[in-house]
Amino acid sequence: MSTQTPETESETETEAEAETERPSTSAAQEERMAEKRERAERRAADEAADALEIEGETIELKVFRYDPEIEGKQEPRFDSFAVPFEQGMTVLDALIFARDEYDSSLTFRHSCRQAVCGSDAFFINGSQRLGCQTQLSDLDSPVRVEPLPHQDVVKDLVVEMEHFYDQMESVQPFFDPDELPEGELEEQRQSPENRENVKLSTRCIWCGACMSSCNIAAGDNQYLGPAAINAAYRFYMDEREGEQKRRERLEIIEQEHGVWRCQTQFSCTNVCPKDIPLTEHIQELKREAVKSNLKFW
Amino acid sequence: MYEHDVIVVGGGGTGLRAAIAAHEEGADVAIVTKLHPVRSHTGAAEGGINAALQDGDSWEDHAYDTMKGSDYLADAPAIETFTQTAPEETIQLEHWGMPFSREEDGRVSQRPFGGLSFPRTTYAGAETGHHMLHTLYQQVVKRGIEVYDEWYVTRAAVTDEEDPNDRECHGVVAWDVQTGEVAGFRARQGVVLATGGLGQAYDHTTNAVANTGDGVAMAYRAGVPIEDMEMVQFHPTTLPSTGVLISEGVRGEGGILYNSEGERFMFEYGYATNDGELASRDVVARAELTEVNAGRGVDDEYVHLDMRHLGEDRITDRLENILHLAEDFEGVNGLEEPMPVKPGQHYAMGGIEVDEFGETCIDGLHAAGECACVSLHGANRLGGNALPELIVFGALAGRHAAGTDLGEPQIETGYFDGADTEELDVPTGKPDGEPVEPTADGGIAQSPEAVIERAVDTENERIETLLEREDGVNHADVRADVQESMTENVNVFREEEGLKQALRDIREARERYQDVYVADKSRTFNTDLQHTIETRNLLDVAEAITMGALARDEFRGAHWRAEHQERKDDEWLKHTLVSWNDGDPELWYRPVLLEGNEKTYEPKERSY
Ligand SMILES: Cc1cc2nc3c(=O)[nH]c(=O)nc-3n(C[C@H](O)[C@H](O)[C@H](O)COP(=O)(O)OP(=O)(O)OC[C@H]3O[C@@H](n4cnc5c(N)ncnc54)[C@H](O)[C@@H]3O)c2cc1C
Ligand code: SF4
Ligand code: FES
Repeated sequence: MSTQTPETESETETEAEAETERPSTSAAQEERMAEKRERAERRAADEAADALEIEGETIELKVFRYDPEIEGKQEPRFDSFAVPFEQGMTVLDALIFARDEYDSSLTFRHSCRQAVCGSDAFFINGSQRLGCQTQLSDLDSPVRVEPLPHQDVVKDLVVEMEHFYDQMESVQPFFDPDELPEGELEEQRQSPENRENVKLSTRCIWCGACMSSCNIAAGDNQYLGPAAINAAYRFYMDEREGEQKRRERLEIIEQEHGVWRCQTQFSCTNVCPKDIPLTEHIQELKREAVKSNLKFW
Repeated sequence: MYEHDVIVVGGGGTGLRAAIAAHEEGADVAIVTKLHPVRSHTGAAEGGINAALQDGDSWEDHAYDTMKGSDYLADAPAIETFTQTAPEETIQLEHWGMPFSREEDGRVSQRPFGGLSFPRTTYAGAETGHHMLHTLYQQVVKRGIEVYDEWYVTRAAVTDEEDPNDRECHGVVAWDVQTGEVAGFRARQGVVLATGGLGQAYDHTTNAVANTGDGVAMAYRAGVPIEDMEMVQFHPTTLPSTGVLISEGVRGEGGILYNSEGERFMFEYGYATNDGELASRDVVARAELTEVNAGRGVDDEYVHLDMRHLGEDRITDRLENILHLAEDFEGVNGLEEPMPVKPGQHYAMGGIEVDEFGETCIDGLHAAGECACVSLHGANRLGGNALPELIVFGALAGRHAAGTDLGEPQIETGYFDGADTEELDVPTGKPDGEPVEPTADGGIAQSPEAVIERAVDTENERIETLLEREDGVNHADVRADVQESMTENVNVFREEEGLKQALRDIREARERYQDVYVADKSRTFNTDLQHTIETRNLLDVAEAITMGALARDEFRGAHWRAEHQERKDDEWLKHTLVSWNDGDPELWYRPVLLEGNEKTYEPKERSY
């Protein structure tokens, strides 16, 4: 913090000035020093003002904490933070405030702040939601933020996602038509209706909320889970893939830990931040399986 | 040490496309990325991908629009490569299953976008980037390309010849965010930086929190010049409270801008009497702020964007995502009310200086996508021109890094003898006492492995120093100071005194940064440490942006200067470049290339 005191600043200034070798040194230097002091004062005033602001309306944020490495943090606990409330603030904003103002070791994933990167799914007041998409004003205080249930906690709100990614990738989540049209500029036409059919399924942002909310997935580690089945649905329903591929896809979906595990509890559908009708998609695939007369488990 | 033929840094649209291209050339490729690929900011793109696909359209027209949009600060060879290749790259995505919006006959739809003379923007609803990112990632999964996700890259491992043009890049240094392990990644053939934008230099931005200009800063410090950094795009329609973007697609579909008096100001005040709301972004952003400054803004802050008249069907079909964004982040129902919008930082037109194959002046070090500047967008990027840039130049960079012979580039890179240089009358560069980070290996290392090991040691030392300090300045304070000053002084409207002020503020931030410390001492998922290093990168890029802005005393594209209200073609048909020079940035120029392979572009006045 030493650089904030005026004495140290003037020292650095002089040396810096010598380095740039400009003529009218002293005038420019003085001007800058004056500005610097002014800024330092302004900052001090701002900080004082900030401190006062917190006395206004605040929200209590209770955040789950855990760090496997640091002694004293290995025992899971909750920390409380008083966060100044403004209309429009999201849970993510509150977490960022708590981290930047109180405890920079508070750890959570986030990036886009607009519900597309899928990295900030947490367990907020007992339900899986995206931090950035959840308005504080919609929640009862205190706001309790925990890592997604049924996933290993790496630290604080960060959970292990490897298993989720593995399940997503196990359904061969890529378009695989039998043949491509002739000519590199020729399109594989798709009817607007068919696009409409698969549209909702393509919205998944891999946040993992659905998987975390699913009782079946909690009890059966091998269950593909709603997000992966939805990914399979996206390609299975695409009219442009060939018969052989459709069969292969059905086999994946129908495996022992596939669609038949779903007990239509709708918890995945309820938490999905992208409003994907997951349970419905799973049911549709069950119907497809019945229609094509594959094996039942 | 990990070892592959090609190392791609970043898993956004660019990185994924580059990795697929290198893989198709037979290379063993790995992607090293600080976020899992599907979390990259490409996923936030809404509007669309420009490509001349239909009868009646042509790459020539696309090239002309792009050059005009750039206000003649783009290089013609880059524009020609881009517009000629965009169609096949776009259809390539279609072949990979990207769920484009479709016409009745099953072909992909195209729509109008700002600054385009033909409706050539293909799209997938208002979530084009999400679909593009996921489609590319699916192809990466299909090919089994190795991904090191949540690995944070801090440095390029390059040899340390005096002249950066003689240096060679052998790999990168990264640490595993989950465990804190620092490791070298050797690239036998080449490295591709695809680290995306730098919007976090500003406090009101459409960019993700992860967009901290890491790749730009890394290449810069390794000795690569960075180009046209002052050219920052401010998008005219962002939500005032968060900076979340309302796609240009809204105006493309017919959305209208109103001031607080209910006037359609783009026409009524004559900002763009031909194109109105669909003028280029720089024009619309300035118009909005002029209205606000003239007292005709809503709440003295923003204007209204109205799409109600488009009707519910059209809105839900083509812009549904916008309804969700306006609702979730501003509490506004776009079907019933106009949406509040104001300009926000959106895109970096400048970046790492590269040729059309993505290579920098350092052998083996490539860059593409938003972190690079080939120079395609010049002083103003057209909406819908970034996503095709990712796939066109991402693929070329991937191929070139894999060792494929793509011929002689027409765009030259690197500092050359006889370049015009300029000194600025303001303190920039490293403060006293700041240790100079060695660019490379201090002349010790010879073999690629040794170059990488030295780089790993340097990074270990840096991290340990940060972690060992027990007390000091919090990086978040330093970051906030820089963001505020940039927003105040280096925004849509720029004045000489403000720019100088910003440089002084950045300098002060650098001084404070010397005492920065990391409170979190854990090696496990230490975001405190990561953000501290990112802040350092923001300082470097903010400084280069501001230096360029101060030097360029003219008005071109997004770069408006109070004291200089005209485009000065006699003086300024040239790129600004900043070279690192051991921490004391050096500013120099390179002429713009208006002559392409096929055509030469004559500067004309831009009117909309
Ligand atoms: C809201 C928004 C909407 C947009 N809409 C459009 C549009 O409609 N049309 C259009 O053409 N353009 C649009 N753009 C611009 C375009 O989306 C971006 O320019 C583009 O997506 C950038 O892609 P990228 O691959 O270069 O970077 P990104 O997608 O940002 O990816 C960067 C990658 O680099 C990684 N990374 C960064 N730093 C490091 C590091 N230190 N170590 C390791 N990995 C690192 C990240 O993890 C990430 O994977 C939009 C931009 C925004 C912000
Ligand atoms: S289906 Fe919905 S809840 Fe599940 S991962 Fe995808 S977006 Fe998240
Ligand atoms: S921060 Fe990206 S989804 Fe919330």
